Amino acid sequence: MQAYIAKRIVLFVPTLLMVTIVIFALLRVVPGDPAVMLLSGGAGGGDEQEYSQEQLAALRAKLGTDRPIVVQYFSWFGNMLRLDFGTSFFYETPVSEDLKIKFPVTLELALLAMLLAIIVAVPLGVISAIKQDTLGDYVTRLITIAGVAMPSFWLAILIIFGLVLVFGWMPPIVYVSLWDDPAGNLKQMFFPALALGFSNMAFIARVTRSAMLEVFREDYIRTARSKGLAERIVISRHALKNALLPVVTISGYEFGRLLGGTVIIEVIFMVPGMGRLLVTSIFHRDFPEIQAVIVLITVLVLILNMAMDLLYAWLNPRIRYS
Amino acid sequence: MAQDQTSRAAVPGQAIFVLPPKRTSFQHIAEFFRRKPLGAFGAVVALILVFVAIFANLLANHDPYTIRVAEVFTGPTTNTWLGTDHLGRDVYSRIIYGARISLYVGIMSSFIGCTIGLVIGVASVHFGGMTDLIVQRFIDGMMAFPSLILAIAIMAALGSSLNNVVIALAIVYIPSTARILRSQSMVIKEMDYVLAARAVGAGDWRIIIKHMMPNCFALFIVIVTIHLGGAIIAEASLSFLGVGTPPNVPSWGGMLNGAAQSYVKTAPWVAIFPGLAIVVVVFSWNLLGDALRDVLDPRLRGTG
Repeated sequence: MQAYIAKRIVLFVPTLLMVTIVIFALLRVVPGDPAVMLLSGGAGGGDEQEYSQEQLAALRAKLGTDRPIVVQYFSWFGNMLRLDFGTSFFYETPVSEDLKIKFPVTLELALLAMLLAIIVAVPLGVISAIKQDTLGDYVTRLITIAGVAMPSFWLAILIIFGLVLVFGWMPPIVYVSLWDDPAGNLKQMFFPALALGFSNMAFIARVTRSAMLEVFREDYIRTARSKGLAERIVISRHALKNALLPVVTISGYEFGRLLGGTVIIEVIFMVPGMGRLLVTSIFHRDFPEIQAVIVLITVLVLILNMAMDLLYAWLNPRIRYS
Repeated sequence: MAQDQTSRAAVPGQAIFVLPPKRTSFQHIAEFFRRKPLGAFGAVVALILVFVAIFANLLANHDPYTIRVAEVFTGPTTNTWLGTDHLGRDVYSRIIYGARISLYVGIMSSFIGCTIGLVIGVASVHFGGMTDLIVQRFIDGMMAFPSLILAIAIMAALGSSLNNVVIALAIVYIPSTARILRSQSMVIKEMDYVLAARAVGAGDWRIIIKHMMPNCFALFIVIVTIHLGGAIIAEASLSFLGVGTPPNVPSWGGMLNGAAQSYVKTAPWVAIFPGLAIVVVVFSWNLLGDALRDVLDPRLRGTG
């Protein structure tokens, strides 16, 4: 086990380097010099704005784009380790300050969505497995298949449509933070979280169902039943415990997908999180912001995946890693 | 049956095993329909949608690009069946033409991405050693990105256009495909026919292309079909965010751009029908993909 943990952590480092190199390289592929772009378009808005070679050189020195690309990468990477994500091209403020405000919002939305998904998915999957091939099972399976096929933004639009139609409610433009007004914040975040978590709910319910059905075929379930245990106890103590094993890890991996999905949901419900920051930054061609958001989300997913692998190894002593 | 075989084996020069009569492709399809009715249903709907995409110009009753300022946000009528959008463009015709965009992006990106993934996966196993190690670490890095985030990042670098969406999504599908096909190739690499090919002096790429890749084909088809639905949703998501296809292109995702905020009260048809189209097409491809997976490669169960 220790050796496995050590191996996972050793493998984590090159992957992390790979991720940062990919992001760094990706945004260097962009045609055009950011300094030229900032001088000609960013400041005054006019396309034909005049600038001198000295101005250009000075800005390049300020942005650090005059240095060799390897030096740029390592200084960028080194600064990130100290949580310095550079200065936004567009707002000209430190990116880390933006992230400090927006990261918790996204995290809250994602956690809430995950919580909703699991609370609904696990009972749904279990019931669907117990009542296999009944009407309830078919309905559940249909919902879960539809849930995977339905794009989250369309579901979000339908939710808003329903809310407007029934309650005359529109997603509020002003965001209330969790600390200022917990009830107001949760009320505001509930529907975005619902739309965000629906497809994950569908997937987790599917995994729970098939895991339960698999466990039902095991010998120890037959033993438990034949020694006369109540079906309720067989399900809750014997079947569920073992069936939840894959569900726990799948939920961890699903969380990564969910973090990616926040982008869309934040845009629709006007939640001021990192996802919306990412989209607006793309329109502003604000590379430090784009890089910072992507690195942050991806590193979070990486850590989570590693944690899930370790958790799985810990929960499931049957699996031996060499 | 076993007894029958042994008794036959005693007679020299006679075939030991009797092959089942060769089935025609029609019989294969009939068998698929019987065993996997849901998958067959998916296949039929998917096929219909392919025809809709091909014959879009015959099925649409308006030009999807024409802006008619006088007819902004008219509800469904006998002329504009699903109403018009904020520029007076016919929603029905745009959805019909949107099938082209969706399927083009879906098929091209999953096919290109999976093909590159296939070559990388097989080659990585064939060359092994250091090459395999480096390629695998690179794939680890690529797979760490949530796929939508990676696609958005690539679109940010490339700029919005239809073919850039194909490129971005193809890149997104390379690593996972390469990973799955790598494990398949590990098995194939040890097969006698690969050893035989090497023994007669076949070159590296000849072994890869002629011997290893064809044996990954069933798995490859399954992966392409499974990714296709995902690619269609991803394209819609990118266009919805405004970083996918340019706004005038009739893409289902693009049609929904801004729909939640602006149209829900005044023109719900603009928000509802394109989304419905996405659900139908993705649903049908997923059903087909699941059924193909069960038939061709049951080991993949649960990975889609």
